[in-house]
Amino acid sequence: MKILAVCGMGLGSSLLLRMQIEGALKELGVTGATVEVADISTAKAVPADVIVTSPQFAPMLTGRVPVVTIQNYVNKQEMRQKMAAVLGVG
Amino acid sequence: MSFLMSFVQDVLAVPAVLLGLSALVGLIAARKSVSEIISGTVKSILGFLILGGGAGILVGALNNMGPLMEAGFGIKGVVPNNEAIVAIAQKTLGSQTALIMIFGFVANVLFARITPFKYIFLTGHHTFYMAAMLSAVLGTAGLTGWMLVATGSLLLGGLMVLMPALASPYMDQVTGGSDIALGHFGTFGYWLSGFVGKLVGNKEDSLENYQFPKSLSFFRDSLISTSSIMFIIFLVSAVAAGNDATLKLSGGQNMLVFSLLQALTFAGGVAIVLYGVRMIIGEIVPAFKGISDKIVPEAKPALDCPITFPYAPTSVLVGFIVSFLGGIVSMLIMGAVGLAVIVPGLIPHFFVGGTAGVFGNATGGKRGAIVGSFLNGILISFGAAFLLPTLGALGFQNTTFGDADFQIVGIIAGGVGNAFKGSAVTIALVMLAILAVILAVGTVTNKASKRPANRKAA
Repeated sequence: MKILAVCGMGLGSSLLLRMQIEGALKELGVTGATVEVADISTAKAVPADVIVTSPQFAPMLTGRVPVVTIQNYVNKQEMRQKMAAVLGVG
Repeated sequence: MSFLMSFVQDVLAVPAVLLGLSALVGLIAARKSVSEIISGTVKSILGFLILGGGAGILVGALNNMGPLMEAGFGIKGVVPNNEAIVAIAQKTLGSQTALIMIFGFVANVLFARITPFKYIFLTGHHTFYMAAMLSAVLGTAGLTGWMLVATGSLLLGGLMVLMPALASPYMDQVTGGSDIALGHFGTFGYWLSGFVGKLVGNKEDSLENYQFPKSLSFFRDSLISTSSIMFIIFLVSAVAAGNDATLKLSGGQNMLVFSLLQALTFAGGVAIVLYGVRMIIGEIVPAFKGISDKIVPEAKPALDCPITFPYAPTSVLVGFIVSFLGGIVSMLIMGAVGLAVIVPGLIPHFFVGGTAGVFGNATGGKRGAIVGSFLNGILISFGAAFLLPTLGALGFQNTTFGDADFQIVGIIAGGVGNAFKGSAVTIALVMLAILAVILAVGTVTNKASKRPANRKAA
């Protein structure tokens, strides 16, 4: 299972997303998943099972794998709910 | 014994290894698993080496652009690009930068702990870039060795709490007062935009009542927009320089093809540098956060500027375009008055201009966003021009820092360096005194979290 966190440069917001995703996975008891970051330019070339990103970038990434759109990057509850839904756990 | 000595010396002299060691210590302190510790350490070192490779590619394209502009317009054109200038700086200042970055993190936690500025600055690439800028300016001012590293680290740590504090009154208006702070070294521009927006506009007349055409969304992809603008810059310069001059530089390659390939090569170099930076900070920042959470549990995370974009997406695009226009106006003025000509850089104008638009819109609606981001565009253009002489040898590389805080801090530090030329100790003490005064004033007035008492940075 590989989860890809995507933002414009792959430096700031996506790293925060990665930390939040890792936190959510831990709380949900999901193991064996790796979380990587990517910028919007290269994201399409990176193999992944789930993509997590902001509403601005979601339209540019749809079609290949499930795309999770996060409105509030620091809201742990939103992240946990949406990860639980896409992974079918919790 | 001599083997051991040379080993220790080389470890301390090679920035990549130094950074890897710091990551190792951080990951152990954050109690990561053995496999995470190993992969994190190796990735940090790899990232630094990749960054060096990207720098070589960038420099190749920039070395073609310089002469082309000079032949075409008789000017020395400079394109501000943080990734390019930092990558170049690492060739000579790598160890100092790595040390300042690591001890800057430590100083950040310390200041967050003891002052009312409870911010943990999590925008790792900006910490890295600011460390590079400080090592260049302080080095040019004559500081060396441990004094350079200690002064740089304290200044960096101070900026990591002061800049989020400066942005916080307007940031609260952007987010409606949530638990996040802004941690980005373009803050002087955002503050200016928020401040001016309040004076000139009406926040009820928000830009967010308008929709922006979807067809402009490709600008969000910074590699595409960098490629397009660099292509235009190369092509215009090549046409102005004439076919003969261009052919000489390109080794016989057609003007159009040469411009296109050089522009894409530049963007490719930026992509590689970013890949390297991503590997470095991707390991260090989470480890840092794990540690700081334990020491300053009540601190607000200070995050990268795109965190503000979802609050006002139309303002981002308007801010970008208007800031870029401000950059073009500045370029024409600089050409007329004989300053170094700063060609508007795409990445700074998109991210910093866009965020300035968000801030201006939050305090002054449509008019606030437009006036604020236009002023931001002028600020970061002239800031880049005045920063160049303080960077020493780094100032002659056809590129420079693009964001306001790097520029203003660099200009102040360079000014102090000039005023006390020759005495490294005095320079270090004066700068630290400035920082101490700002932190002390903020602490005493104790309104820091709502309204920073002093908006000057050391």
